[in-house]
Amino acid sequence: MIPASFDYVRAGSMKEALNILAAGDGSKAIAGGHSLLPMMRFRLVQTPRLVDISRLEELRGVQEYKKGVRIGATTTYRDLVASALLRERCPVVADVAGEIGDIQVRNRGTIGGSLAHADPASDMPALMIALDADFQLRSKKGGRRTVKARAFFKGAFTTDMGEDELLTDILLPALKGAAAAYVSFEQAASGYAIVGACAVVARKRATVSELSVAYTGVGEIAFLGSTFEQVKGTKCDPAALEKAAREAVAGLDITGDIHAPAEYRRHLATVAATRAVQTAYQRAGA
Amino acid sequence: MATLFGSGIKRREDPRLITGSATYTDDVKLPGLTYAMFVRSPYAHARLNTVNVEAARKAPGVVAVFTGRDTKDKLVPVPCAWNPPGCDLKTPPHPLLAYERVRYVGDAVAMVVAESRAEARDAVDLVEVDYQPLKAMVDPEKAAQQGAVQLHEEVPNNIAFTWTVAGGDAEAAFKSAEVRVDLRIVQQRLLPTAMEPRAAVASYNKGSGQLTLWATSQNPHIHRFLCSVMLQLPEHRIRVIAPEVGGGFGSKIPAYADEALCCFAARELGRPVKWAEDRSENYKVTIHGRDHVEYVEMCGTKAGRITGLRTRVYAGLGGYASTAAPGIPTILHGLVYSGPYTIPNIRGVIHGVYTNTTPVDAYRGAGRPEAAYLIERLMDLYARKIGMDPIELRRMNFIPRDKFPYQVATGLTYDSGNYEAALEKALSILDYKAFRIEQAKARKEGRYLGIGVVSYIEICGSGPSQVAGQIGFGGGQYDSAIVRVFPTGMVKVYVGASPHGQGEETTFAQIVADEFGYPVENVEIIHGDTDTTAQGWGTYGSRTTAVCGSAVKNAALRVREKARQIAAHLLEANEADVEWKDGKFQVKGTPGKTKSFAEVALMANVAWNMPAGVEPGLEAAAFFDPSNFVFPFGTHLCTVEVDADTGVVTILRYVAVDDCGPPINPMIVDGQIHGGVIQGLGEGLQEIAVYDDEGQLLTGTMMDYAVPKASQMPHLELGHTITPSPVNPLGVKGCGEAGTIGSAACLVSAVCDALEPLGISHIDKPLTPARVWAAIQKAKGAKP
Repeated sequence: MIPASFDYVRAGSMKEALNILAAGDGSKAIAGGHSLLPMMRFRLVQTPRLVDISRLEELRGVQEYKKGVRIGATTTYRDLVASALLRERCPVVADVAGEIGDIQVRNRGTIGGSLAHADPASDMPALMIALDADFQLRSKKGGRRTVKARAFFKGAFTTDMGEDELLTDILLPALKGAAAAYVSFEQAASGYAIVGACAVVARKRATVSELSVAYTGVGEIAFLGSTFEQVKGTKCDPAALEKAAREAVAGLDITGDIHAPAEYRRHLATVAATRAVQTAYQRAGA
Repeated sequence: MATLFGSGIKRREDPRLITGSATYTDDVKLPGLTYAMFVRSPYAHARLNTVNVEAARKAPGVVAVFTGRDTKDKLVPVPCAWNPPGCDLKTPPHPLLAYERVRYVGDAVAMVVAESRAEARDAVDLVEVDYQPLKAMVDPEKAAQQGAVQLHEEVPNNIAFTWTVAGGDAEAAFKSAEVRVDLRIVQQRLLPTAMEPRAAVASYNKGSGQLTLWATSQNPHIHRFLCSVMLQLPEHRIRVIAPEVGGGFGSKIPAYADEALCCFAARELGRPVKWAEDRSENYKVTIHGRDHVEYVEMCGTKAGRITGLRTRVYAGLGGYASTAAPGIPTILHGLVYSGPYTIPNIRGVIHGVYTNTTPVDAYRGAGRPEAAYLIERLMDLYARKIGMDPIELRRMNFIPRDKFPYQVATGLTYDSGNYEAALEKALSILDYKAFRIEQAKARKEGRYLGIGVVSYIEICGSGPSQVAGQIGFGGGQYDSAIVRVFPTGMVKVYVGASPHGQGEETTFAQIVADEFGYPVENVEIIHGDTDTTAQGWGTYGSRTTAVCGSAVKNAALRVREKARQIAAHLLEANEADVEWKDGKFQVKGTPGKTKSFAEVALMANVAWNMPAGVEPGLEAAAFFDPSNFVFPFGTHLCTVEVDADTGVVTILRYVAVDDCGPPINPMIVDGQIHGGVIQGLGEGLQEIAVYDDEGQLLTGTMMDYAVPKASQMPHLELGHTITPSPVNPLGVKGCGEAGTIGSAACLVSAVCDALEPLGISHIDKPLTPARVWAAIQKAKGAKP
């Protein structure tokens, strides 16, 4: 697997990186390279220039942010797993990061790279949508802007980002007593999710007060389930939950593949959502 | 005296393998090296109109571009070298580069040679090929039907051969039987996935006319011979070197076009040529395994006595017959239909069928796992039908331990065995009764626990060369060793087999060191170079230790006998009075008068004082040709829990009791069993090569082809029984494939046992969650 030839620039500063991307010649930013390089090797992507942003310190690390956390886009999965702050504020992200790939992949792969790549079977988009994260973007022309995770993903491998933009930060709001859980079923070869569901549940005593569920792997794009309102106000009633989980994916046009036919995928989505809500509900009460 | 035989010393090859200091084919660098890449058909079946290479020839760095028209008159088609008797095998020519038609995705139509790999890769995109696509056949059963699209005009209905195995009178047995069970089984196509893909470096010296080929080979002598055929070069001018080889699982046995084309280009260009697959190319063009559609049935009495087995098998061969392909679903499959049981009446009809897919050949176990699978699936069905415990059914039909050597209905004579002992040991490790109680409890809670059992035999240690000739194998099956002792007493052993991960550099050194009273460090094993080793037939089919290891032992004994004569001379004793005892030569009854092996080795090599008539030097060669195959066996047990809501199978425990005779190095044996079981569980649980109807391989990368990962596999609990083989001086049987033979069947047995309350008796492997869930849905839907 040999990619077509390309130039490589290691950006010494954010400004330099943004300048190169602003040229609009198809140059691409690279950090861990775990999504982009395979596509280049298969020649599914050809680019005249790679801009390596992996050494820009300002894009790295997990910091406190309004009782939630700010995650730099080039923070590796390994650093997410190792962050005590993240584990305290939003443990589900650290847990899921620890399940991605293997040690070598986690040492190189970055959360921002994965989100910008927008693989429809990637775990992180479901988490970001369920947790209602904000993404900060930056470009030479447009300066800084913030996009909600819930509006960021536009299609398979397609996002709201312009070609000249860099994803710089991921902002996770404080959970305020809510708890989150992620349940996924992995495709045995790739390790990507056949389906995954992330639930965020807040409760008042035994009653569900807030609930959001987001999916990955089900379709072309990670999305927020819209049918879970009926579970609110119940004590996480199993019948209501199962009905909501079924309805959440009932009308969807789901494409099957060799690993999971459409009907199986639809069924698994209901199972994943149900189990994720139940686990998050229990965690929120603990 | 403690022996090295039986000692689990660490593998001597590992330090270089795990520190990156091993030399693989792709590490070989020569002055003036060029790089080859192939233009491969994107169509599974197409007429080839024109291949325009003008733009590619002019591309930067390109040295040459060859097409099928350039090579067809200069190269002999890729040979098929196994023609089982009585099956009317048709092997249409397989040109090294296609020039009229392509018959699978990946069939090569042109070869680009350039100064660098990147330039070769870029030039591949510049070759313009005009294809006229044809309808493709991918399913071996459908391809064999009347009216199916024809791959080769000279092969009606795409049937390359029809081979029959028969013993007893199966028709009569089925007619009169009290009980019959039957099944349609699909044994899916698999991708061998050796860690190192294939590679070749070819260098031709125009002055001397010598060709050297470094290649990823399991059998360099066979490759030397087949290269001489394809290239029309005298065999003694070809040297094949298999340097470090990173596994093969059978995929590095066959002769391929790619390596021969590197030789051809090196000869044409006068420059060395290198080619190395990437994984995608490996999945596309290196042989695949299995691919059977089977109709199988078993019959017997209500009391559980099995009296007959019948099969009809469609075995996919791919677009052409690969080197050993016709022998795999026939000799190595049909002849073991009796398994470990006394089945008096057997009949199998096997059709080898061409399809528009990558050629299929030997993959770990090669025919025998397919046989064990169908036998054991039928045993489970049978036990359920007559309401007998599946363990009891097996026990009842085993060949009794006192009946060996035992001739089964297919004609093979099993060398030795004690099947009950292996079964009992497995049951006691697992605590079978306790599990059945736990299972009953779990069922009351609505949980699905199950236990699988498989008892298997396999045919290994190939084999008697006379039999190889009788079964149409295009070569011998003996093997060779040269033991050479240096003046300092250090020993090098040159062996004809070609290990590539199995650890014989360690086990063979253990054999030799024992015979010379040496530590293992004094012995080095050399393999994989046709210019230094004597004729051998390679490493596959779990034959290396039983056959080549026996040659090693015999050569060492010959050396020691000569040394004994010299020792007698040095000790001034009668030859008859000198014996090898406690690791040295000594005069009988005179314990003080001794010579070490090293002392004798020095004298033999300097030859200052030799006995009359004895030649200087200390070395010997031995060729070992066994009197029979060996038949390892064992019983595996597996327990699982199935999540009925998702179809996810969790393996709870896996117990494997294998008998491969006395282990030379128990740690290496366990390692082989581990690898084998995991490969079989991969087959049972998740591995499947999928083609779409157009013949495109949908599992073309490791993102879609699910080779097992450590995190997906259970802890293995191993046990052994030891039943020596009488057919070789070591008593060993072979363990390279043992783990693979039964493990897929064992897993399927366990899952079907778990789902018995739902009325599920069989699900085709691999048991992916989607398949298991679909079977559960179907079973639930079928219930009133």
